[in-house]
Amino acid sequence: MGIDRGSSRLGIEDVYRAESRRVLATLIRLLGDFDLAEEALQDAFAAAVEHWPVEGTPANPRSWLISTGRFKAIDRLRKTRREVAGEVDVPLELSDTEDYDVVDDRLRLIFTCCHPALNPDAQVAMTLREVCGLTTEQVAAAFLTTAPTLAQRIVRAKSKIKGAKIPYEVPAGSELSERLASVLHVVYLVFNQGYFTRADLATEAIRLGRLIVVLLPEAEAIGLLALMLLHDARRATRTTAAGGGELIPLEEQDRSQWNRAQIQEGVPLVERALTSRGFGPYTLQAAIAALHAEAPTSAATDWPQIVGLYDVLLRADQSAVIELNRAAAVAMRDGPEHGLTLIDAILARGDLEEYHLAHAARADLLRRLGRKSEARDAYGRALALTMEEPERRLIERRLQEL
Amino acid sequence: MKYLCLVYQEEKGEANVPRDQIEQAKKDYWAFAEDIKKSGHYIVSHGLQHTDAATTVRMRNGKLSTTDGPFAETKEQLGGFFLIEAKDLNDAIQVAARIPSAKWGSIEVRPVWG
Repeated sequence: MGIDRGSSRLGIEDVYRAESRRVLATLIRLLGDFDLAEEALQDAFAAAVEHWPVEGTPANPRSWLISTGRFKAIDRLRKTRREVAGEVDVPLELSDTEDYDVVDDRLRLIFTCCHPALNPDAQVAMTLREVCGLTTEQVAAAFLTTAPTLAQRIVRAKSKIKGAKIPYEVPAGSELSERLASVLHVVYLVFNQGYFTRADLATEAIRLGRLIVVLLPEAEAIGLLALMLLHDARRATRTTAAGGGELIPLEEQDRSQWNRAQIQEGVPLVERALTSRGFGPYTLQAAIAALHAEAPTSAATDWPQIVGLYDVLLRADQSAVIELNRAAAVAMRDGPEHGLTLIDAILARGDLEEYHLAHAARADLLRRLGRKSEARDAYGRALALTMEEPERRLIERRLQEL
Repeated sequence: MKYLCLVYQEEKGEANVPRDQIEQAKKDYWAFAEDIKKSGHYIVSHGLQHTDAATTVRMRNGKLSTTDGPFAETKEQLGGFFLIEAKDLNDAIQVAARIPSAKWGSIEVRPVWG
């Protein structure tokens, strides 16, 4: 029986993509050490490249990789005379219950990487590297830092996990909701980092969001996934293709180009989250995004309900940025002068004085009211505070038009 | 694994705390200590006198230097500690969260070597 080496190699690459993170998550539990588990993972795949083309791909590649990885790690430990953290026997084939445990291991890995006792930047870096399988170089590029800086952050985080004994577990009971909040925050940070320029990071965040919802279908996890899907559905219409990309505001976006499949996935998730216990800010923001997604035009949007949702959101999270968004919605519902009064009140408190979007929103309302010179000043202030190129281009165009 | 829970709180303003609140805090501390003795977390604990009773000592080039007060000026001062035995950091965090001063001060959880 001849085995085609070429197709077998492809098989291993497929298995790597599908299984490497799961295998790693389980190896970390069995070996009790991140670095050792990573070495074991590489060893296991190296062994697969050697054996599978000759012997054929095993019936359960995952359990083959886990037991091979563990075996190689113990071998390595014997050679270096390090001690194994807890001797655990991994059978050649995993039973059903142990398969369930593998699912659990992925959650353990996520919760450990997002542990609030770790530095916030390290949480994001660890999640992208360990859970998503990005390389240190890829993570560094996404966060505009150098690979050595990032690698150092990861080393420090891993040493704290070991030194302070951060357990490899999914928290239970009252701890769970707090800890889930920090996991979701990390996912949301990854998503936002990809908002303008890095579609791959947004996709990665959505993939993570899906995984969390499958493993742990809590209201806010569902809400965050819906929020990301609905925001990402507008990706293609958010900036112009020409001139390096200029921001297109919501009311000017070509709604026929919104990703309908993502909207159809997102909207029922919002409904599911809203009817679950313990929904919060992510779900409410997703509900607002769903109203936008379902509106045929900006004018035909259900602005009264959007204002109502912002009211609820403000009760949960008294933030000036949410107040600003509410003011913009009030302007759409009641007219620009009403929104302007609210924004002026926020700025008078000094809260968002350095926030470019506050000045840009104010400028937009002044423009709509025909108060040109005030609008020009406000756009100027916004421009001085804006770093993102697509936003700068939009403001520059507005200034030219005035 | 052993963790040292360092209790930081503001000494300034303590004089203005009403008597009944101080009595309540003492009761809460007593109940908390009993609680973690029962759960097996407790090893040893002490409250400390204020930093105006503190002396900082250094040996440099064989020469002793003593100065009045704590090593660093901070908003909150070290006011006491609990040495506990915990399963892992999560367990230690749960214990630290129940130290009464966590409500108005802050607790630094430090794993002990070894």
